[in-house]
Amino acid sequence: MFTPHTSLEVEEMLKEIGVATIEELFDKVPEKYRFPELNLPAGISEMEIASELKEIASANASTEDFVSFLGAGAYDHYIPAAVDMLLRRGEFYTAYTPYQPEISQGTLQAIFEFQSLMTELTGMDVSNASHYDGATAAAEAANLAYHFFRGKRKKMLVARSVNPQYREVIRTYMQGFDDVQVLGDEVNLGDSSGFEELTDMIDQNTALVVVQYPDFFGRVINYTKLVNYSHDQGALVAFIFNPTALGLLKPPGAFDADIAVGDGQPLGIPISFGGPYLGIFTTKQKYIRKMAGRLVGETVDVEGNKAYVLTLTAREQHIRRERSTSNICTNQGLMTLATTIYLSLLGKQGFKQVANLCYQKAHYAAQQIAQLDGYQLAFPDEPFFHEFVVKTPRPVNEINLRLQDHWILGGFDLSEVYPEMQNQMLVAVTEKISKNDIDEFTAALQEVAHV
Amino acid sequence: MKTPQGLKYAKTDEWIKVEGNQAIVGISDYAQDHLSDVVYVELMVEEGDTVSKGDTLATVESVKAAADVIFPASGKILEINEDLADSPETLNNDPYEAGWMIKMSLDDPSDLDALMDADAYTAYNKEREG
Repeated sequence: MFTPHTSLEVEEMLKEIGVATIEELFDKVPEKYRFPELNLPAGISEMEIASELKEIASANASTEDFVSFLGAGAYDHYIPAAVDMLLRRGEFYTAYTPYQPEISQGTLQAIFEFQSLMTELTGMDVSNASHYDGATAAAEAANLAYHFFRGKRKKMLVARSVNPQYREVIRTYMQGFDDVQVLGDEVNLGDSSGFEELTDMIDQNTALVVVQYPDFFGRVINYTKLVNYSHDQGALVAFIFNPTALGLLKPPGAFDADIAVGDGQPLGIPISFGGPYLGIFTTKQKYIRKMAGRLVGETVDVEGNKAYVLTLTAREQHIRRERSTSNICTNQGLMTLATTIYLSLLGKQGFKQVANLCYQKAHYAAQQIAQLDGYQLAFPDEPFFHEFVVKTPRPVNEINLRLQDHWILGGFDLSEVYPEMQNQMLVAVTEKISKNDIDEFTAALQEVAHV
Repeated sequence: MKTPQGLKYAKTDEWIKVEGNQAIVGISDYAQDHLSDVVYVELMVEEGDTVSKGDTLATVESVKAAADVIFPASGKILEINEDLADSPETLNNDPYEAGWMIKMSLDDPSDLDALMDADAYTAYNKEREG
C-alpha cells in the first residue's frame, strides 16, 4: 500500500492548520456531493467492452467521413504515411527529451534539425524546441516581453483579430503578474482604420504587440507600419503565424518581428480534439536568454566529432526555479519530430507547392461562393491565404446543420466568438479539397440558402 | 583567493567599497571561482533606479549555474558597468576592479555595519569550505 504520510504526520499537519479531522477539510462541499453514488454497471469481458467502445467511437464523425471546410486554427492537411511510420519507431516514440539527454544523440539531432527548419521558415534567428500549442507559445511571447522589460512595461496589446482562444490563454498567463494589462479587444479590426487605432495605442508602457499572420479571418495584413511604430516606442512585436502560409508569404523575420510563434499542427500533425499539437517559438538572438524552453546546440566532442547538447540551460526552470522566464514550458518532442519528418519529406519545393495549392483552391472557392445569391465575401478587397469570411443569408449554425446531409463540414461560425459577426462563416480550404469538393460545397450552400 | 582589505563583504558574496559619496558593488573572488566560467551577466537595474537592500542587482550565468547578485545596501544607482554585457569573463579575470557592477549612492551608510570586513569574510569562507 502507498502511504505518503504516517498517521503521526497527518495529525501534526492537521494541528498546524487548526483542523480536527481530514473530513473537516471537505466541509465546504455540500454533503450530498461528497460521496456520490457512481452507479457503475457490473464488469464485462474484453470482447464486450471492445464492441461497446467501438460503438461509442462510431458516433463521432471525422474528416475521413466528411469534406471539411473548417479551419479557425486547426487545418486538415494531407500527412504522408511515412510520417507516422517513422514517428512510431521505438527509438523515437517518447514525448520527452531523455534525462541524461546527451546520451540520445539521435533525439537531439532531430530536435536540432527542427530548430533549423523553424528558423528557416520564419526568418528568425533562433527557435526553441517547442511548447504545448500555438496558444501557449503566444503566451510565452508575452512572458518573454514581460521579463525583458523586467516588469516595467505593463501593457500587452493583443489584436482582436488574434485567435480568440490564444487571447484567452495570454490573459490566463498574465493574470498573476503585477498590474499587467492585456488590451486590444476593444478595437474592432473589421477594416483598416481599426489597425490605425490599434497602432495609436502603442506607447512607451507597451511591452508587446501581438498580431496574427494571416489573421484569424484569413487576411494577410501588411504589418510594416505597426512593427515600425512599435519599435519607435521601444515595444516588442510578436507574430502568430500559420506555418503553411509561410510557404508563400514574406516571413515574420522580414517584417523585423521580435518574436514569431505559431501552431505546428498543419505540418504533419492530425487534427484532434485536445491535441497533441505543437507550439513553435522563434525569436531574435538578443532575446535568447529570456526565451523559455528547450534548446539544442551543435558542438564537437573530445575527439572532434560533431555532437549535440542541450544548451543555455541555466536560464531554464530546473536551474533558475522561480526566476526562470517560464515554469510551464513543457515541450512536444514527438510532435517536433512529426513536423521535422513532414517538412523533410515535402522538401522546399513540395512545401511551397502545398501552400500554393491551398492558396489557389481557396481563391477558387471564394470566387465561386461570391457569385451565389445571398452570399458575399466579408472582406472582398483584402488579400487572404487559405481562409476567408463569407456573409451568409442565414445563421451559420443552421447552414452547417443542413450541410451535414451532404457530408460537408461547413466553416466556423464566427458569431460564436465575435458577437458582431452574425451570419458570417470562416471558410478554410486546404490542398486536400478537390475542385469537385468545392463545386459540391458551392451547390450545397445555394441549396441551403433558404429555409 | 584574493580578499582585499578596505572592502565590506556580504554572506551572499558581494563586495561593496565606499569611495567618497558613492559605493561600488561587485562579486568576490570566491564567488567567481565557485561559479566557474561566467558566460552572461544581466544587470537588473538602470542608472537612476532606487533600490533596497536585498533587491536583485544582477543575474550571473556561468557554464554550470545561474546566480543572483543581491544589493548589500539601499540607495540610488549612479552608474552601471556597461562592459560586462559584452565581456562577462571580466568577472572571472578581475572581480574587484574591471569587474565592478554598479556605482550607487547610499541611503544609510550604517547598512554596511551588518557586513563583514576582509578578515571576517576570509574566515567565513574557510568555515564554508570545511
